[in-house]
This record gives sequence, structure tokens and C-alpha cells, in this order.
Amino acid sequence: MRKRIIALITVAVITVLVLVILSYLVMPKYMKGIIEGSFTSEYYEDTAPHEVLFIGDCELYENVSTVELYRQYGISSYTRGNSQQLVWHSYYMLEDALRYETPKVVVFNVFSLKYNEPRSETYNRMALDGMRWSRTKVDAINASMTADENFIEYVFPFLRFHSRWQELKKTDFEYMFHRDPVSINGYYLRADVRPLTELPDPKTLTDPALGSNAMGYLQRMTDLCKEKGITLILVKSPITYPHWYPEWDEQVRSFADANGLTYINCLNNIDEIGIDWSHDTYDGGEHLNIYGAEKFADYLGGYLVSNCDLTDYRNVPEVASIWAEKETMYDDVLQQQLAELEEYGELMSYGKNAIE
Amino acid sequence: MDEIIAILKELHPDVDYETNTSLVDDRIIDSFDIISIVAEIDDRLDVQIPAEEIIPENFNSAKALADLVARLEDED
Amino acid sequence: MLFVSYEFIAFTIILFVLYYLLPKKWQWPLLLIASYAFYWFASPYYLIFIGTTTVTAFIAGYLMEKAQDKTDLAIKNAKADGTYSTDLKKSLKAKAKASKWKILLVSMIFNLGILAVTKYTNFVITNINKFLAEGSALKAVDLIIPMGISFYTFQTVGYLIDTYRGTVKAEKNIFKLALFVSFFPQLVQGPISRYGDLSKTLYSEHSFSEKGFTSGLIRILWGYFKKVVIADRIITAVTSLIGDTDLYQGAFVMIAMFFYAFELYCDFTGGIDITIGIAQCLGITVKENFDLPYFSKNIKEYWNRWHITMGSWFTDYIFYPLSVDKNMLKLSKWSREHLGKFWGKRLTVYISAFIVWLATGVWHGAAWNFIVWGLMNFAVIMISQEFEPLYEKFHKKFGFKNKAWYGVFEILRTIFLMSLIRMFDCYRDVPMTFKMVGTMFTKFNVKIFSDGSLLHLGISGADYIVLAAGLVIILCVSIYKYRSKKDIRETLYENPWIWYGAMAFLLIVTLLFGAYGHGYDATQFIYNQF
Repeated sequence: MRKRIIALITVAVITVLVLVILSYLVMPKYMKGIIEGSFTSEYYEDTAPHEVLFIGDCELYENVSTVELYRQYGISSYTRGNSQQLVWHSYYMLEDALRYETPKVVVFNVFSLKYNEPRSETYNRMALDGMRWSRTKVDAINASMTADENFIEYVFPFLRFHSRWQELKKTDFEYMFHRDPVSINGYYLRADVRPLTELPDPKTLTDPALGSNAMGYLQRMTDLCKEKGITLILVKSPITYPHWYPEWDEQVRSFADANGLTYINCLNNIDEIGIDWSHDTYDGGEHLNIYGAEKFADYLGGYLVSNCDLTDYRNVPEVASIWAEKETMYDDVLQQQLAELEEYGELMSYGKNAIE
Repeated sequence: MDEIIAILKELHPDVDYETNTSLVDDRIIDSFDIISIVAEIDDRLDVQIPAEEIIPENFNSAKALADLVARLEDED
Repeated sequence: MLFVSYEFIAFTIILFVLYYLLPKKWQWPLLLIASYAFYWFASPYYLIFIGTTTVTAFIAGYLMEKAQDKTDLAIKNAKADGTYSTDLKKSLKAKAKASKWKILLVSMIFNLGILAVTKYTNFVITNINKFLAEGSALKAVDLIIPMGISFYTFQTVGYLIDTYRGTVKAEKNIFKLALFVSFFPQLVQGPISRYGDLSKTLYSEHSFSEKGFTSGLIRILWGYFKKVVIADRIITAVTSLIGDTDLYQGAFVMIAMFFYAFELYCDFTGGIDITIGIAQCLGITVKENFDLPYFSKNIKEYWNRWHITMGSWFTDYIFYPLSVDKNMLKLSKWSREHLGKFWGKRLTVYISAFIVWLATGVWHGAAWNFIVWGLMNFAVIMISQEFEPLYEKFHKKFGFKNKAWYGVFEILRTIFLMSLIRMFDCYRDVPMTFKMVGTMFTKFNVKIFSDGSLLHLGISGADYIVLAAGLVIILCVSIYKYRSKKDIRETLYENPWIWYGAMAFLLIVTLLFGAYGHGYDATQFIYNQF
């Protein structure tokens, strides 16, 4: 009997170990090509204090250069962004960030309010898998799951990703136990240029009302910021496609008025921001490249420093030294991308060309 | 007993019914054989084997079958 | 709640823990609660059906038992007061039998009626409409078909017949009977247990035993391996193959045929392994439903090894009673006297076998393809029966019979024939099946084996490797059993490292290579529908 118990325990331990290692192996790494899945976990690695937190989808994390904000205004900020981050994701990203710090200002991009229901398992996983476990994560998962998802697959991601054994890539082995940074304080840098040509006409809106679920999370976000003494600013990124309807704009504005929030619809300020659609976008107008993101950062930063009481961290040596590293990374990435553009005419190690 | 062995021999001549005790379990006789046996016993010995008596234990050997027939005759 | 779901696994684990932690006398009541909870999760409405079946069976069993007791008492009294005679005994017994028969008939018609109405009403309606050549002469009705109704109804009818025959005593505790009818592991897809078998271990108190419990666990894992790694992987290819009847003809039909044979085997035996494994973990013995079916040398043997509990149900409760019925015996005698030697021996066997296979086909589903499938089985069995003397002569002449290669040939022939008949079940359309099987002989597109067509069926090269490896493992385990007549677990258990190692291997392989989780639709067991 003793022998059987020893065998049982030994085998059990080995089995658990094997499953843990396999689990690390099959988890998507999001290190090349589709890197957006790394954003959530990268946040925890950053040691600088953040007075401004951007929360939202690609309209923020690709459109606001965090380094530019620091260079021009000394603002230390972070973008907790995810691809197709929906409002409940945003709310829980904020709640999660508040477990570690309390920023002075939170900027939320309102575009995702148009979605009232969970939409895609893939984007859920990219947003949520990187989050550290806490009550917040549990709530976030429950709020985000589509009908065919299962909570236990978040607890044991192996159950979800095991079928990737067939599609393992070099990076899956390389990044089994560590990750490289892919963003600069949440900013996803792109230096390529593809001008905006023509946009499709927006479809007629059948139901102009923003959903109650989405608005409910905006309300919760507002209440949470109030409770913590954080200034919440609503913005609509200066992106014309997909279309942001006037009906939605009105509803957000009346929400902002009712709750005493600032709402800046940057679609009205495109000229003031100075976006040049022939040069400042990398995919024909859907997202800004670094040139556009710096312009937008200049604009937002100007508003933030004149309206919020923010520290100029360029004068705080211990923070400045952290930011110096980020500036170096920023410049390196830019140089590398420019070199690739020079050589190939397009980016090779970023975006769709880099997908393994 | 002899009559029963004769009936069985007609079905599968090359089986040693004196010693074999797993006719059903070894699939030597199947369900079709069994109903032939039941029909023959009815015909030649005038003993009716009811469906509930058709269980492997009663058909596994010639002796078991003979015992069954004897018991049914007795009950009559 | 399907077997392949996180909920079911959690449900089972909780049950195991409670089962061995609670006082032993609560074990069977716990199983009853669990079974009803399981059914409740599927749909609360189902409980009405299974409850009705249980109550009627209980009452019928009780009444039959009472009728029997009354007779026994009368005989005893007669013996005591000296009025006993064989004639009296006979008449009393006949009276008891007659009243029991009435009870049996009513309860059987009632319960089989529920089955017939829920399962076959729409089939009948569609066919009447077709006959009247008017699409909507009768409206199809919206009926719920309770999960597993074919299985538990048959199990209950078996109990009633056994009580009538006196081979089992009627159950005196309605809750125990309810557990027999609803025992959850076998509710979904069988086996169809007999009351006499299952009641031996179902209600007794069980202590935890390492050997019993881990043997059950290994069996469960083995079942999941077959179901999730093999069946649910190959199903993708089978679905594409039978889905496009214009593209996939000729050799593709042959591939579909063998893939489906492999899928069905892994799906069905895997499910039964999970069922019997769970029961074994609980200390309960459920009768085996398979005995290496693909090692059969002819179709008749195959049906003795495949879905055994269903086959034996039909044999014991339909085939034998029909064949030994007084009128049938009379017919047998008459045919022997009037039809000559050949038909004299065959007529009644043919009639009984025809009815049994018709019933088997209908039982599988309310559709013509199942009926044709059942009758095809009947035809093949009868033809091979008639050919037997021919075979005998052939073997006497050439002496192949005992050669090993001939045995392998016979096995392959049976697999091929069975797979061929099963195409009706595959295409689910009788004329289409004939057409597609026909292309197998008219269209020689063997190049599909080399031009990469097989990689476009929805499964990748790596999937094929997994399937091949799975096939090899299953074959090894089966051959071991075939040769040694021993369950491989008996051997593995002796060395604890191998024992727990095998368990870990199955667990890891199933978790890693299984076709489950997000992105895979939870696939129902094929036999759920029957």
C-alpha cells in the first residue's frame, strides 16, 4: 500500500508539472504580429507613477503617444488599452489599475459605447488573460463572456488553448516563461503611412439609443472615479471611420452634462489638432501612425496641463530616469521601423507581415 | 438425455456434447439454434420450454438441457 | 449536461466525494437525487415522463407480485387443509398468470405508448402526408422527446416482463425502482440494464477501494480518450464527406465508410466506458455492452458483441417469446409437415428474426433509413446463415478455416459489411445511400489518396497522426484482450507506477489532443438520439 501511495503522489506531481509546462507552451504569446494580447499584463511591469490613465480601445492605444506627452508636458501616463476593448472591459481595467495606484485623471474613449453586448471570444481573451487574478478579474470575465464561453477556461487557459499544439511557433518556445515589452506605456507605435483615400458612406442608424448595459458601465466608471476623487474625461478620438453618429454624440454629451464630466469630441477639432490624413494614418484612416499620435498627444496634453493640476515629471529625477529608458525604446522602435520602411517599403516585423 | 443429444447433434455434428458445458458462452449454439432446439423438444418430447427458461444456464450443456426438460415435465 | 462538458465532470466529482463521505446508508438515495438532478438540468419537463414511467411500473410490479403471492398462499393453504391436487395447482397458477398478464399488458402498452407517441408521431404524420401527396394535410406536432427515453423505457419494460415471469421479485421501494429507471450514467445512451443484474450492486453499501475506484477512473479516462481525441476529431472529416454528395464520391465514400465505422466505435464504446467507469467508481457493476465487436467473424457474431444489452433485450423479450409461442410452434409443426424440409425448418425463424430486426431498426429512430438498415441486417444474417453449409464444404476442401490469415479475412469482411450497411445511418436517406455506395464501384478516383484531397476534409496532417496513433493504442489494448481474454487493467494494476502512469498518460493526452473547449462544438454522443 505504501508503495502505491508513493507512486500515486509522484505521478500526480509529475502530471501537474507537465500540465503546467504545457499550459505555458500553448498559451498565445502575442509577441509578434498580433501583439495587442500582451498589453494587459505589461501594465504591471511599469514602475513609474501615472497621473493620467487612458482607458479604451485602439482609438487610444494607437492614437496617443505616451512618450510625446512626457516630452512635451512632463506627463507620466499609461494607456490601458486593448483591441476591441468594450465598456465593461474598460471599467474593469480601471478597477484593476486602482488596486495599484490612483491617478489624477482618467481619460476614456467613448467609441465602444456603441456595443452593448459581448462580441468576440478572441478579443475577450486578449484583454482578460493578462489580468492578474483578483475579484476584479472574476467580475470582468463574468461580464465579458460570450454565450459559448466557459469561466473555467479562464481559470485553466490550457483547456482553451490546448488545440494550439498544432500551430506552435518559434515564439511559443522562446517566450514560454517571459515576455518582451511590446508597447511604450501602452502606446502601440506604428511609423508606416497609408493615406486616407475614400470612406464608405455611413449606414443609416436603425436604433440610435446607446445600450443600457454599456451606459450602465459608463455610470459605474463615473461613480468609481468620483468615489476615488479622480477626474474622468470622456473623449472621442479624432477618427472618422468607423462612423461616430451625432445621435450617439448627443447622448454622451447629455450624460457628461448630467454627471458634471468633460466630454471632448475630437472629431470637431481635427483641424485644430492638425491631422493630415495623407500622412498621419497607417491604414487609410482607421488608426493614426506615430505622426498623428504625437499631434493628438500634443493636443490632449495641452488640455490636460491647463485644466488638471499635473506634476511635471521631467523635474522628478527618479521618474525621469524611468522615462529616459522609455524614450530610448521609443526612438529605437521608430528607427527600426523607418529602416524597415526604407528597405522593404512596408513594415516586416510589425503588423500583419509579422504574423507567424 | 439421448434424445436431446440427438437433437443437438443434428445442429452441430462435430461438438462433444457429453463434456462441453459452455455451449452458449462459447457461442457454439446461437439464438437460431436455440429456437430450433425448443421446437424439436416440443415436437419430439412434447415439452414446452417457456421463454423465461431460455437463459444461458439452461442451454450451456446437454445435461443442463436435460435437467430443464425433466423439471418442466415434472411440473406438468 | 453532456458527458463532454465541464459541468458533467464537476457534477461527477462532487458526487464521488459525497458518496464516500456520507454515511453508507445514504449512498443509494444520493444516487437517486443525483440522477434526478441530472435529468432536471437537462429539462425539468423530462421528470414528468420518467416519473410517470416509474410510478406505473411500480404499481404494475406490485400488483403482479400480489397476484402471485395470493396464488402461492392458496396453494400453501390447500396443502395444509388437504384439498391440494396437481389440477388445483395448475388452475390456480393459470389464473395467476392470466391476471398478471393483464397487468403486464396494460403497463407495457402504456409505457411503450409514451415512447411511441413522443418518438414516432411526426414520422407517421410525415408519411401520411406523403401518402396523401399533400405536404400539410396533417400538421407536425411539437413534442418533446425526453432524453434517453428509449433506454429507460426498455429497461422498465424489461423489469415488468421479468416480474411477470417471476425471474425477479417486484421492487417494494418505489425510490429504489426510481433509481433503477433513472440511474444517470446510463440514462443518456445505455447500456440497457436488467433489474436482476443492476439491483445486485445498485442499492448495497459500498466502501471505498483503491482498486475499484482507480479502475473506474482509468475506464472513464479511456472513454474520454476515445470520445474526445478520436471520435470528435474524425467527425469533422465524416461531416464534410457525407455533407457534399456531389464532390465526395467513389473512393471518398469508402473513406467515409471506414471513418464513420471508427468514429461510431469510439463514440459509442467511449461513452459506455464512461458510464461503466462511473458506475465502477461507485462500486456498482453495470453489464458490459461491447465485447470487441470489430473482432467478429460474421454479422451474427457481431451482433452478439456490439450493443450487447440491446441485442439481448430484443432476443430475450421479443425473439424468444415469439419463437416459442404456442401458435408459432404450431406454425412450425405445420410448416414442417407441409412445406418440405427446407421451409419447414426456416419459416418461423425467418418470421421472428424479421420482426426483431424491424423493431431494432424502428427503435434506432423514426426514419426509413433506420428501418432499411434493420432489414439489411436481417437480410445479411439470413443469407450468411443459408451460406453456412456452402462455407463448410469450401473449408473441408481447402482447409482454410483454422488458418490465422483466414480469421483476419473473416474479421475484415465483417467490418466491411457492417460499415457498408451502416451507410444508411450515415447518409440518412435511402436512395442517396444506394447512389453513393454505387459510386464506390463505378468511380475509380484512387488518386485522392496521393493528391492531398484527404487534407481538405477539415482535419490536418497532424490530426491524421493523432488518429493513427489512437488507432494503434486501441488496437493494442483490444488485441491484448482478444488474446489473453483478460482486461488489460488487471495486468496494469499489479505495478503501481505503470497503473498511475497509464492514468496520467491518458489524462494528459486527452487534455492536450482532445477536440473540446472553445472552438469545438460540444458534440452529442451519436447514441443519445436513439
